[in-house]
Amino acid sequence: MPERIIVPFGPQHPVLPEPIHVDLVLEDEKVVEAIPSIGYIHRGLEQLVQKREYTEYVYVAERICGICSFIHALCYSQGIEHIMGVEVPDRARYLRTIWSECSRLHSHLLWLGLFADSMGFENLFMRSWQLRESVLDVLEDTTGGRVIQGTCKVGGVRRDIGQEKLDEMHRALDPFEQNCRDLGDVFLNDDTVKYRLQGLGVITKDEAYDLGAAGPTARGSGVAMDHRETGYAAYGDLGFKPVVETAGDCYARCAVRVKEVYASIDLIRRAIEEMPGGPIDVKVKGTPDGEYFSRAEQPRGEVVHYLKGDGSKHLARARIRTPTLANIPPLVKMLPGAQLADVPVVVLSIDPCISCTER
Amino acid sequence: MGIFQMTKTVIRNLLGGPATRQYPAVPARTSPLTRGHVAFDPSTCRSCSLCSKRCPCEAIRLDKEAKVWEIDRMRCIACGDCVEGCPFGSLTMEQAYLPPVVEHVVERYTITYVKPEKPAKKPAEESAGA
Ligand code: SF4
Ligand code: SF4
Repeated sequence: MPERIIVPFGPQHPVLPEPIHVDLVLEDEKVVEAIPSIGYIHRGLEQLVQKREYTEYVYVAERICGICSFIHALCYSQGIEHIMGVEVPDRARYLRTIWSECSRLHSHLLWLGLFADSMGFENLFMRSWQLRESVLDVLEDTTGGRVIQGTCKVGGVRRDIGQEKLDEMHRALDPFEQNCRDLGDVFLNDDTVKYRLQGLGVITKDEAYDLGAAGPTARGSGVAMDHRETGYAAYGDLGFKPVVETAGDCYARCAVRVKEVYASIDLIRRAIEEMPGGPIDVKVKGTPDGEYFSRAEQPRGEVVHYLKGDGSKHLARARIRTPTLANIPPLVKMLPGAQLADVPVVVLSIDPCISCTER
Repeated sequence: MGIFQMTKTVIRNLLGGPATRQYPAVPARTSPLTRGHVAFDPSTCRSCSLCSKRCPCEAIRLDKEAKVWEIDRMRCIACGDCVEGCPFGSLTMEQAYLPPVVEHVVERYTITYVKPEKPAKKPAEESAGA
């Protein structure tokens, strides 16, 4: 039997945008066990809920993550709105959907770039990020922030998008989609990518389900679970079908994300076409009293905000479960059997977002 | 063949110019909504302290007695909540991002707003400004 050695992976590693540490137990070059550890960037944001007014905590919730920031704010606001029985105007629901999908677009394009980088495909990495930049420009034009939008609030949204800008966005979608399809074509059909990814880091449907995988990690294994199906914000009106692949390997997870990019573009297009008029927010009076599990679909999977108010202007408790936390057990399952050189690719295939995970 | 997928993109990239901007020679892209930094107008602030109460990061400190309004730029996350909450329009959000700093300095302003005298009564205090 070959000698076992332990190779530390992370928290500082060229492919990792954020610090996660995995101890890899190796036999020769092959991983036999992976022991993860997190806890490098805990910021205590859940505790902060007791010190900030519930309306201001939206800004904090938004900063839990630098990528899916809008959806954190949305999930939190939805929770408070449910507790207080606030009905959000239609236009606000549609605007929230557009910004959520823009977040998903730029998150997936960022991930595709990082993933290409982890495979050593630099050209593809830069191309993905170039496309992502155009999404960020739209976000900056419509909200004032590239990654931290600051437009979601309890009771609606802060800013409207004028008809002119909506038309401009609509016109820009076709060329953008063509560019995304060219990019997706490389990820899905290029032989170099296929050889590298197919059969790597496999997790079966049952394993994914049992280990509680979320988002594209679960959908890549055939678990058709997407919280957007429940129809929060405007997803109910727009209609939505989750993107599912069945192979359960890195290639399948990549394919899910590539196809979700197309799906997001389609959702944005339809949301712009069906955009209702009317007000964008309602005045919220009173303080939240009660508790609610608010859920939303982030680019990485389902996020849960548990919020409990006690009738004062500060919430009593908030607990946030983020998708990456749910995806770490599947990751530990995927790693054994992989070669050491493939570990960065497998780790990135769950799209780890550690600042979310540790809050 | 699955190995020429990238060729189209590569050719397009070779023919097109660079995708990046030559910053700082070319200024960074901003939009009218960009949240760069908060600007304060000491001549209209009436020391109501709403901004410091609203700020989620405790970046603003107000001393009503000394008429001092301070902002800690390193705490401020440019969320714009204070700008939205100021009832007298003393705060505005500027588009320009502030340059990086190497020292922690708190920006301090002396409020120069003078309460207009009520016409009917005799002048009470004149030296409220600084
Ligand atoms: S912009 Fe936000 S963080 Fe900055 S001072 Fe105003 S309220 Fe505070
Ligand atoms: S800046 Fe505006 S909100 Fe702040 S103390 Fe002055 S008047 Fe009040």
